[in-house]
Amino acid sequence: MKQWRFEVFNKSGFSDVHGKSVLDDIGELGIASVQAVQSAKVFLIEADLDKAFAERVGRELLTDPVCEQYYVGRSGAPAGLARATLIEVHLKSGVTDPVAESVRAAVADMGVEAGNVRTARKYVLLGQITDSQTQTIAKKLLANDCIEDCIIGNEEEPPSPHLRPYELQITHWPIRELDDEGLAALSKQKDLFLNLIEMQTIQSYYRQIDRDPTDIELESIAQTWSEHCVHKTLKSSVDMSVDGQQVYFEDLLKDTVFKATKQLDKDWCISVFADNAGVVDFDDDSAVCFKVETHNHPSALDPYGGSATGIGGVIRDPMGTGLGARPIANTDIFCFGEPDKKLEDIPKGVLHPRRIMKGVVAGVRDYGNRMGIPTVNGAVYFDDRYLANPLVYCGNIGLMDKTKCFKNPQSGNLIVMVGGRIGRDGIHGATFSSGQMTHEHETVFSHAVQIGNPITEKKMLDVLVQANEAGLYEAITDCGAGGLSSAVGEMGENLGADVDLEKAPLKYAGLSYTEIWISEAQERMVLAVKPENLEAITRIFDGENVESTVVGRFTDDRKLKLRYNGQLVAELDMEFLHNGVPKYSRKAIWQTPAFAEPSLPEKDSYNGDLLQILSAFNVASKEWVIRQYDHEVQGGSVIKPLTGIDNDGPSDAAVIRPKLDSDKGLAISCGMNPLYGDIDPYWMALAGIDEAIRNLVCVGGRADRIALLDNFCWGDCTKPETLGPLVRAAQACYDGAMAFEAPFISGKDSLNNEFACEDGTQISIPSTLLISAISIVDDVAKCVTMDAKKASNLLFVVGETKNELGGSHYYKTSGHVGANVPRLDLGTAPKTAGQIARAISEGLVVSCHDCSEGGLAVALAEMAFAGGLGIDADLRGLPRSKDCCRVDAQLFSESNSRYVVEVKPEKYDAFVRLMLNLPFGQIGKVTEDGRLVIRSEAGRAVIDAEIDTLKQAWQKPFDW
Amino acid sequence: MAQVNAIVLRAAGINCDMETEYALELAGARAQRVHINRIIEDKNLLDEFQIIVLPGGFSYGDDVAAGKILANQIVHHLLEPIQKFIEQGKLVLGICNGFQVLVKAGILPGRTSSERQEEVTITYNDSAKFEDRWVYLAPQTDRCVFIEPGRQIYLPIAHGEGKVVVKDEATLEQFKSEGHVAFKYVDANGREGDYPVNPNGSVDSIAGLTDTTGRVLGLMPHPERFVRPTQHPRWSRSDNVDSDGMTIFSNAVKYVQENFASRHFSVSSPCS
Repeated sequence: MKQWRFEVFNKSGFSDVHGKSVLDDIGELGIASVQAVQSAKVFLIEADLDKAFAERVGRELLTDPVCEQYYVGRSGAPAGLARATLIEVHLKSGVTDPVAESVRAAVADMGVEAGNVRTARKYVLLGQITDSQTQTIAKKLLANDCIEDCIIGNEEEPPSPHLRPYELQITHWPIRELDDEGLAALSKQKDLFLNLIEMQTIQSYYRQIDRDPTDIELESIAQTWSEHCVHKTLKSSVDMSVDGQQVYFEDLLKDTVFKATKQLDKDWCISVFADNAGVVDFDDDSAVCFKVETHNHPSALDPYGGSATGIGGVIRDPMGTGLGARPIANTDIFCFGEPDKKLEDIPKGVLHPRRIMKGVVAGVRDYGNRMGIPTVNGAVYFDDRYLANPLVYCGNIGLMDKTKCFKNPQSGNLIVMVGGRIGRDGIHGATFSSGQMTHEHETVFSHAVQIGNPITEKKMLDVLVQANEAGLYEAITDCGAGGLSSAVGEMGENLGADVDLEKAPLKYAGLSYTEIWISEAQERMVLAVKPENLEAITRIFDGENVESTVVGRFTDDRKLKLRYNGQLVAELDMEFLHNGVPKYSRKAIWQTPAFAEPSLPEKDSYNGDLLQILSAFNVASKEWVIRQYDHEVQGGSVIKPLTGIDNDGPSDAAVIRPKLDSDKGLAISCGMNPLYGDIDPYWMALAGIDEAIRNLVCVGGRADRIALLDNFCWGDCTKPETLGPLVRAAQACYDGAMAFEAPFISGKDSLNNEFACEDGTQISIPSTLLISAISIVDDVAKCVTMDAKKASNLLFVVGETKNELGGSHYYKTSGHVGANVPRLDLGTAPKTAGQIARAISEGLVVSCHDCSEGGLAVALAEMAFAGGLGIDADLRGLPRSKDCCRVDAQLFSESNSRYVVEVKPEKYDAFVRLMLNLPFGQIGKVTEDGRLVIRSEAGRAVIDAEIDTLKQAWQKPFDW
Repeated sequence: MAQVNAIVLRAAGINCDMETEYALELAGARAQRVHINRIIEDKNLLDEFQIIVLPGGFSYGDDVAAGKILANQIVHHLLEPIQKFIEQGKLVLGICNGFQVLVKAGILPGRTSSERQEEVTITYNDSAKFEDRWVYLAPQTDRCVFIEPGRQIYLPIAHGEGKVVVKDEATLEQFKSEGHVAFKYVDANGREGDYPVNPNGSVDSIAGLTDTTGRVLGLMPHPERFVRPTQHPRWSRSDNVDSDGMTIFSNAVKYVQENFASRHFSVSSPCS
C-alpha cells in the first residue's frame, strides 16, 4: 500500500499554542537564540487512495478548516532569513498510538480501509542554534528516548512499522545444574530480580519434577514472586532492634497494620486486604472501594506515560474488585525534587524535576479527564531526595452493588480477555519496579514503560458496567503488573487454568509466547464467563466496538498450563507458583537519632517567616495542578479542592455525592509528612493518620466511619537501617488505627526507591508513608469549608499547641530539622475529632480548618484570604502546653489534632458546651478590614499583614 | 402534560452522559442514554425523541482535534436524520464536547447550505492546557429556546479546547447581527474581560452558539454540573443558591411540552 504523508500546520494569523509553549520551554532551558517555534501534526497513512481522496482526507478529517492548513507530502523549511531547524518526533515501533487508531477508524467512516497509520509531531525552530543545542532541545524537551525517536532534518524516513511474524521456538533455561553463582547470574541476565534463596527454591522445584524450566515458567514465577506483587518485605518476619531493645514480628503486616483491622472488626468493612481494593459500606444498597497505587519507576523514566498508566492502572483496581465497581473519584499525591533546581545539578540519567512534574501532572490529567472520573483530592510534596525517584501515588474510588462484592470463578468458566490488545510495552514492569534504579535504567528498561489509551479503557468500562448489571460473568480482575500472567494466575489460583496464548489478540506481529503472557499492555481485564453466557456478553462488547477473546478455560487440577498453537510451553503447580515463595526473615534497626533544637532569636514580627512559609513549595497553592484536573465530572461535586470567595482557597478534603439522587456523601482526604520521618517515622505515621482524619472531619465527614489506606514508599529494605523506620511507621499504623477505631482497608508498598548515580553515590528517598482516608457524610448539605465566612464571627482553636517545631516548615525555611517532632496524643486526638464532627453535624460551625504545615499562623492566613476577610487573633486565647511559651512556637508549631473553627456569635453557648472537656480557647474574630493580625500574649502584633499580600506569597511559586 | 423524551448520545470517550441524563430527568423529561452505534443501526430510533443531547467528554480521545472523529462519524452516518430532527422542530443541545462536535459537523451555526464546517471552529485554549473553573455567562440572543433572555448564569467549564474562533471579522459581525451568539463569558458584573473571565481566549468572548432556528444550542460550559445547590463552588457561603444549569434543561422541556402535544409525534412539524 502507498504511504501518504500529511502535515498539518496552523494558518498564519491563528496562534500556534503548542509552538509557543515549546518556545517558552526552550527559553527555560537557557537557549535564547530560538525566535519562534512552529509546530505541525504529521500523519502517515498507508492506504490505496487516489490523490483526490487523499486531499479529502487532508481537508475534511485532518485539518480544521478555519485555523489549519495541510500539506500532502513533505513540506520544506519555510522561506525567510532565519535559519530553520526541523525536528520530527516519532513513536518507536510498537508504542501505542491512540490518535492513529482513531484516524484509521475515521478514514473507514469515509469509506476506505487504511493499513498502518502513524502520527508524529514536527517542530520548525527558527533561529541560529548549534547542533548540540538542537540535540538538547530534542532530547530534553521534545522527545522521550524511552518511547520516541527524533529525526532531525528533513531527509530521513521513520523506521518501518512492519514487524516479522513470530515463529515458535520453545526456550528452556537449564537451571538444575547451576551453582549459586550461576543462579544469581541467570536472575540478573534475564532481569528476573529474584534473589539467591528464591532461585535455589526454584531450582529444587525443578530438580524434584526432573526437568528444566521453560523461559515462560521462570518469567511467571519471577513476576508472581516479585516484591511488587507479593510484598515479600512487609510479609516477612522481622527481628527489630529499637535503641538496642529487641522486638520480633512473625509477619510484619499481619502484626501491625492488618492486626488493627482484625481487632477492630468493624461490621461496615466488607472486604479488606483481600481483593484489588478495600471495600466498605456506603449505604443500604451500595459499597465503596478504594485503592491507592504507586507508579514511581515508570514515571521517573517517562513522566507522562508513567503517570498516565499509573492512574489508568489504579482505575482498573476498583473495576476489578468483587464483580466490578464504577470508578467515581481519583486521588493523586506526588513527590518531586524542588522545581527550581539548576539543570547542572541533576544527576545523569535523571530528568529535571520541573519536567517530571509537568509530565506527571499532564499524564494524570489526560488519562483521568478522558476517563470522566473527577480527580478530587491530592497533594504535592517536594524534597531533593525525590530527585531521581519521584513518587507518583494514584488512587481510585469505586461504587458498587453490595451484593456484588465477591468473585466466584468456577472450573469450566471461560477465560475471556477484554479491552486493549497486547503489545511489547511494559515487559518486566512488575519485576523492574521491584528493583533499584540506576543511571542506565533510561536505556535498559525502556521496554518497561507502558503507554496508555484512556479511551480504550473508557469503552471497556462502559461495556463492563452493562455486563455486570446483566450478571454475565463470575469473576473479574485487571491485567496490571504481570499482565495475563498475574490476572489468570490469581483468578485460577484455587482452580487451575489452561490458556492458548496464540489466541490473544496482538497489536502487531512478532510477539513470543512469553511476551504475550507477561506483557503489561494496558487497558485489559480478564473475566471468568460461563460458556452459556458467552454469546450474550460478547454481544454487549461487540455492540460498542470493544474487543473480547476467549483465551482459555479454568480447570480443577490446580495446574497452570500454557500452550502456543497446541504445544505445551508451561506447566506449573498453582501451589508452588502462589505459595512457593520462600518466607523471609529480616533484620531491622532503629536508633533514635540525636537531633537537637536550634536556638533561633526571638523577633518582634514574624511577618517575614509567615510569608516565607506560605511561599514554600509544600505549602504554596497547587491551583496550577488542580485546575488541570476535571474535578466536577459525574456531577457529584460537593466540596471542591478549591474553595472560598474567589474559588481559590485550599480545601481540607473533597466531598462527593456518588449517587446523584441521594444526599449521602463521601469525604476523601490524605495525610503525609516525610520531614517528621527524619526525626522519627513512628510520629510521622501518626501525624499522617491524624492529618488525614482532621481533613475529613473539617469538611463534615463522620469521625466514626473512617477507613484508611497505607502506601509505604521506602528505600532498600534489605538494609536493616532502612527497614527499621518502616517497622516504626507500621507500628504507628496499628496504634493510630486502634486509637481512632479507623481500620486500614487496603495498602501497598513500593520499596527500593533508590538511585545509583554514575559515580556510585546512592540517593534514597526519605521514608514516605501516604495515608489516604475516606469517611461517610450523612447529609452533604451540612458540609463546611475552610474559608472565613463573615465578619464578627468567633474563632476558636480546639486542640493543644505544644512546643513541637521539630520537622516543621518554620525550621525548614531556616535550614533546621529540630528534635521536638509533633507527638500525637492518642487519647485526646480521637475525642477532639469526634467532638468537632459532632459540632459540624449539629450546624454549629461555619468554617473549619486544621493546623498542619506552618501551624496556626498558616491556618489563620489561609482561612482569612480564602474568605476575603480579615482575622484578629490573640494568642492569649490559645490552648497551649506550659513549655510552649515562645511566640514562634505558638505561631508555627505543627502539633497534631488542632482545628480552627469559626462559629456564629449566637452559637457560642452550644459550641462551647460541646468542647468543654477538650483543650480549646477563643482566639479571635473574623474582621472586615482585610488584615491578618495576631497578637502575642504580651499584646504585640507579631503578625500584621494584608491578606492580599499573604495570598500573593502563597500563589506565586506555582503561578506557571 | 406531554411526555418529553430526550436521548443522550453516547460514544467512545463520552463521559458526561449520566449526569446529563439526571439533569434532564430533574427537568421533567424521560431521558435515555443510547450509544451512537444503535442509532446508526436504526436511524428511526430518533423518531420517538424530541430532544437530542450530545454530552461532554472526549469522544474518541479528542484525537486529531476535539470532537473531530465523532463529527466525522456523524457527517458520514447521521447527518440526514439529525437535520430531519431539527427540521421537525425538535431540539438539539451540545455541551462541551457535544458543542465541538456540532460545530465540526457543520450543524452549528448551520448558516450555510454546505454540509461542512466552514465558518467557525473551536480550538486550543490560549493557555494551552485543560482547565476546570467557573464562569459567568450572559445571554446574547432572544431566539434560542434553551435560554432565558437577560438572565446571567454561572456554570463550570472543563476543557482544553474551548476557544471559539471565527473565520473572519465579517463572519463574526454576521454571527452577532443574526443572533447566533448564544452566550458570552462575562464577569460577575456582566462585563467582558480577559483571562480568566474569558477562560480560553474565545473571539468576542463567545461561549455558545445557536443555529438559525434557535432550537440548536452548543455551549462549552456544563449546565448539567449545576443542577443542585451543593454543586455551586460557594454554596457554603450562602443560604440561597439557584441552580443555574437547570434553566437550560427546564426551558427545553417546557418548549417541547408547549409545542408537541402528542407523545407519538413523528413526521409533521407542529412547531409554532
